[in-house]
Amino acid sequence: MLIRKHPSVMIFLALLAVFTIAVTLMSEAYGSGVVPTSTVKTLGKTLCLALAAVAMDLVWGYAGILSLGHMAFFALGGYMIGMWLMYARTGEIVAATLANAPIPPTAEELRQGITSQIFGVVGSADLPLTWSFAGSLPMQLLLVLAVPGLLAFLFGWLAFRSRVNGVYLSILTQAMTLALSLWLFQNDNGFRGNNGLSGLQNIPGLTEVPQSVISIWFLWASALLLAGGYLLATWLTAGKFGSVIRAIRDDETRVRFLGYPVEGYKLTVFTISAMICAAAGALYYPQAGIINPAELAPIASVYLAVWVAIGGRGRLYGAVIGAMVVSLLSSWFTGGRAPALDLGFYRVEWVNWWQVLLGLGFVAVTLFAPRGLSSLMDALAGLRPPRRLGADLGPDVSALREKEAEA
Amino acid sequence: MRHLLLSLLLLAAPAFAQDLASVLDANRAQIERPSRQTIAPVIEALAAAGPQAGPVLEAWADRRLGLAGDRFVIVQGDGAVDAVTGTPVPGDVQVLRPNSGVRGVIGAVLVQFQLNDPETTRRAAALDAIARRPDETHLAALRAAAADPDPALAARKARLERLLTIRFDPDPQARIAAIEGFSGDTGADLQAVLNPLLATSRIAAPAIPESANIAAELTLGDDIPEDEAYHLLVASDLAPARLASDAQKQALAAHVVDGAVGGVPVAELSDPARRDAAYDALAEAGLVPPAATAAEAEAALAAHRFADVYTEPNPEITDAARRALRAMALRQGTQQAADLALDALSLASIYFLAAIGLAITFGVMGVINMAHGEFIMMGAYTGYVVQTLIAGRTLSLVVALPAAFIVTFLAGVVLYRLVIRHLVKRPLETLLATFGVSIALQQIAKNIFGTQARPLTAPAWLEGSVGFGEIVSISTIRVAIFVLALLFLGLFLWIMKRTRLGLEVRAVTQYPGMAASMGINPDRIAMLTFGLGSGIAGIAGVAIGLFAKVTSELGSDYIVQSFMTVVVGGVGNIWGTLAGAALIGFLQKGIEVMNPANTLAAQTWMILLIIIFIQFRPRGIMPTRGRAAEA
Amino acid sequence: MTALLEVSGVTKSFDGFRAINDLSFNIGTAELRAVIGPNGAGKTTFMDIVTGKTRPDRGQVLWGERSQSLLKLSEAQIARAGIGRKFQRPTVFEDQSVADNLTMALKAPRGPFAVLRWKPSRASVARVAELAGEVGLADRLTRKAGELSHGQKQWLEIGMLLAQEPRLLLVDEPAAGMTLAEREQTTTLLRRLAETRAVVVVEHDMDFVRRLNCKVTVLHQGSVLAEGSLDHVSANPDVIDVYLGR
Repeated sequence: MLIRKHPSVMIFLALLAVFTIAVTLMSEAYGSGVVPTSTVKTLGKTLCLALAAVAMDLVWGYAGILSLGHMAFFALGGYMIGMWLMYARTGEIVAATLANAPIPPTAEELRQGITSQIFGVVGSADLPLTWSFAGSLPMQLLLVLAVPGLLAFLFGWLAFRSRVNGVYLSILTQAMTLALSLWLFQNDNGFRGNNGLSGLQNIPGLTEVPQSVISIWFLWASALLLAGGYLLATWLTAGKFGSVIRAIRDDETRVRFLGYPVEGYKLTVFTISAMICAAAGALYYPQAGIINPAELAPIASVYLAVWVAIGGRGRLYGAVIGAMVVSLLSSWFTGGRAPALDLGFYRVEWVNWWQVLLGLGFVAVTLFAPRGLSSLMDALAGLRPPRRLGADLGPDVSALREKEAEA
Repeated sequence: MRHLLLSLLLLAAPAFAQDLASVLDANRAQIERPSRQTIAPVIEALAAAGPQAGPVLEAWADRRLGLAGDRFVIVQGDGAVDAVTGTPVPGDVQVLRPNSGVRGVIGAVLVQFQLNDPETTRRAAALDAIARRPDETHLAALRAAAADPDPALAARKARLERLLTIRFDPDPQARIAAIEGFSGDTGADLQAVLNPLLATSRIAAPAIPESANIAAELTLGDDIPEDEAYHLLVASDLAPARLASDAQKQALAAHVVDGAVGGVPVAELSDPARRDAAYDALAEAGLVPPAATAAEAEAALAAHRFADVYTEPNPEITDAARRALRAMALRQGTQQAADLALDALSLASIYFLAAIGLAITFGVMGVINMAHGEFIMMGAYTGYVVQTLIAGRTLSLVVALPAAFIVTFLAGVVLYRLVIRHLVKRPLETLLATFGVSIALQQIAKNIFGTQARPLTAPAWLEGSVGFGEIVSISTIRVAIFVLALLFLGLFLWIMKRTRLGLEVRAVTQYPGMAASMGINPDRIAMLTFGLGSGIAGIAGVAIGLFAKVTSELGSDYIVQSFMTVVVGGVGNIWGTLAGAALIGFLQKGIEVMNPANTLAAQTWMILLIIIFIQFRPRGIMPTRGRAAEA
Repeated sequence: MTALLEVSGVTKSFDGFRAINDLSFNIGTAELRAVIGPNGAGKTTFMDIVTGKTRPDRGQVLWGERSQSLLKLSEAQIARAGIGRKFQRPTVFEDQSVADNLTMALKAPRGPFAVLRWKPSRASVARVAELAGEVGLADRLTRKAGELSHGQKQWLEIGMLLAQEPRLLLVDEPAAGMTLAEREQTTTLLRRLAETRAVVVVEHDMDFVRRLNCKVTVLHQGSVLAEGSLDHVSANPDVIDVYLGR
């Protein structure tokens, strides 16, 4: 039903599947080994970022809420899964060390050992309350969605209730992520301060499996999650719900007079999108291996918006394209692999100038292609005559008609 | 009369000298091998031998007094002089080495000499020495010393005497009187004397002794955790030590027999209850000492009382000290509050300077300029460049301010012409486009100036600080920034209220369409206001650069606070911006006081408070009012 | 006839300017009423207050048989209670199709989760088609609303109002920007609607009000100056003085 109405979904899923299979066949673990493991990881992470961009597009492109704090949810998701990864992994190590002792350790001693391993670096001896469930994977998986969801719900409830709109709202979301990152930076809050959580690429119980295999598994998981998130987002935006949130984006007051509780809708979209972001983050950080509060810096969230804008907001595939193109280009340029440009009087080292290019490119996209890269798709679609479904141009003159006839 | 006295003294001097020589001779054996118990009369006799005895005692205490043959000599550098006559003495010197007890006795006597020394500097040095390491004997010395002719030293001496009275006087009433005599004083020396009086130690006893000066009786669980209480009991030998889990583990490990301990298989020992069972089994077999059980520990805890007890036994004195300290804390608190208010004021001025440009552009065009922070940075770098070109600090600052204004004004105009003008009525896209500009500018600055911080040095007359009283002081730069903020407030009000440009800006802000139909070019006005706002950001950059390091991230450090200032203050109203800056400045400082160790927490809380504040005033402290505002 | 909407003693000032001053107003369950008045008489503020956009400083607004106060409700709740509003400028969602616009307006549960579960049924599709036919947009269901002409947008908005099935319809200057034929059509529609529900028309155009042929309320400086048939109020010397005479 969904796919029949939106053929682009089918195309997207097919492309995603082809991409995943192709990478698998070229990987070190399951294929020719053309693609090194680090690249597989980068690609897997990029898929997660693409999902975050889809979530961003949902709130911004569809509901018109420019959130400059979405990476906070992404990172929170990462923190939640990171807590389990680190706890369980440290648990394995501690258990292995204590196993040599003549007397088997008690649960309490195990906990003590894990705590001192994890929190010794910030000078704490007690397991913080926030880590109460760190030993349980199901609980932490639940928290991956629950914590960012709850935060988004509370924040959204406060902000939307007082009808904070537009740039005000954007700045508030930015303040939220800044506050959260500053909070996480503190050593005594139980998230290891600026050390963050590390060693996340070591999956507990899978120590024997080489990273090259794990990276492919994560690539699959990321692709699956992206597909799922994409379908969810399509379902949300396709029906009447999507109609209402787009209407809210265009004219909030009018929607209110139609009797729709605008705040409730915004809150729903904001919270769902935060949870999608969190899920993406929970898959991203095990591939990145480390998470620290710098990931929540306001600038990261703005980059997310940049990806969506460059890809084309208001279209889910636009968000995916934007995130993948920009983040892959970014890692290509900053990785030092891009050839330097020799201008005769000055040598442009892309490591130094990529940010400038990105910034200015972004300005150019905003100015000249408000629909971003997806306007390329429109241009392609425009080559075909418009589907007028049998209706004539009619005698009435109206704004969009002429443009349509030209196409 | 005076001459007469002097000559008398001179005449008397040889007589004293005679005495000194005879005293030295008479006590030769004692001086050569002094003992702490018996030396006191000798030292007193020496002290009575007149002013010349001072250097001798001093040298003795310093281990510079020696014997050359049978003459007492004082070692000076490489040579030695006769202790009595002061004439150089050749030959080998055998230096006397009195032990520390003896030197203490000598020192106490010496103080008297030094306090009565005719030279002011030496008397001052003596007072310093006493203040540094006061002890009981000094009190008597201070009291015995003659009145000091120098009024400042006399006052110091009197103060020192009273401080020592508090510490060492045997009469409690005298001590209390001394404490109360200090009312109104906040000196650190007084605090250093009072605080030890209130030192407590934690005791545990079956019953608290009547004689104890109790600071607080501790309730188990509330004031003192049970673990700590039990440790106290153990430390006071009132209860047997509980079995630590490590000790238990070692004991168990030592008695593993055939994969089991006390009949319990080792594999089961990961359960604490099984461990206890195994240990009990071992204890029954007499292999390990029995451990105190939980019930015994509980009983022991119940049978004892716990209290914090003052080391100072006299409750009247501790009461007086407490009162004095409390009064002192109150006075200090007020002063600190004043200091804090000044700090907050200067912080608010900075935020105001940083936000005013943002507020102007937001108010007039509804546009948030994310590159505003980079304009601040640009201003700071302009200041730095000017400083490298012009040597004179004052001159370079005078040039830098307008230069920064011009540079950022132009940058603002360019940004407006190239970007913002094309995004009219699309505030969110403007926000993002200017963000693009912001990252580009930041990276360009990094490429040009490098990542290390560049100094922007203030002229000499801006260094240092202006102080009021002991605690309240504020650096001159911050005062200057405050003045600058006031200046800009005035300038802004003047432009808005008194000039044609201001009139047109106000018109465009309120009703662009109408303004346009009256012949005002809204585009031009918007461009000028944008330039003006950016220019002010540049000046703010110079000001901030004077006390912070100039880096490419300078702007982003201030941008969020600037946004907050605008949001909290309300749009399109300079007084709102002022109020917002004041609120945020004071809030931030205020929270820092509650949690002084943690500025990160302060910022976190501030942002949270602002988010909550927005709940109650969604349009800021001073919102634009009227029907249009509700639309 | 019991009153559907009862406004009594309502006052609202903006920065000291009294836009509404001790206004009282009643309308029955099935009644057509025209509200006229010069600029600044408080017509728009009156509608803002009824629809919950503006909160009055004083006074009461009671709704329906149970005399429920509207002052505590949000705009959306008031709309769901059965008050529909048509704005002066046509406000339709230009980015969406005519069908989507109408579907959104259809009377149905409005909560986010109910809407998520909502699926178009045969009945809803038929109802949308019927409404489109009623406002003359039957052949434009799949077109984006932005492609419609000004007049068509007006009609679409009226169609959306009908889809809401309100008990009280507030219409702000419906005739503005309409051709003569469209005005005729509008008049007929409004009169027909008023047979089953209350309709309040705020209008400048006296000619249009005359065609409506209904009770007229004249507002002046935020309060009711006169009420009655058009002929009756036209004869009122006060009305002539402040409005018609000029």
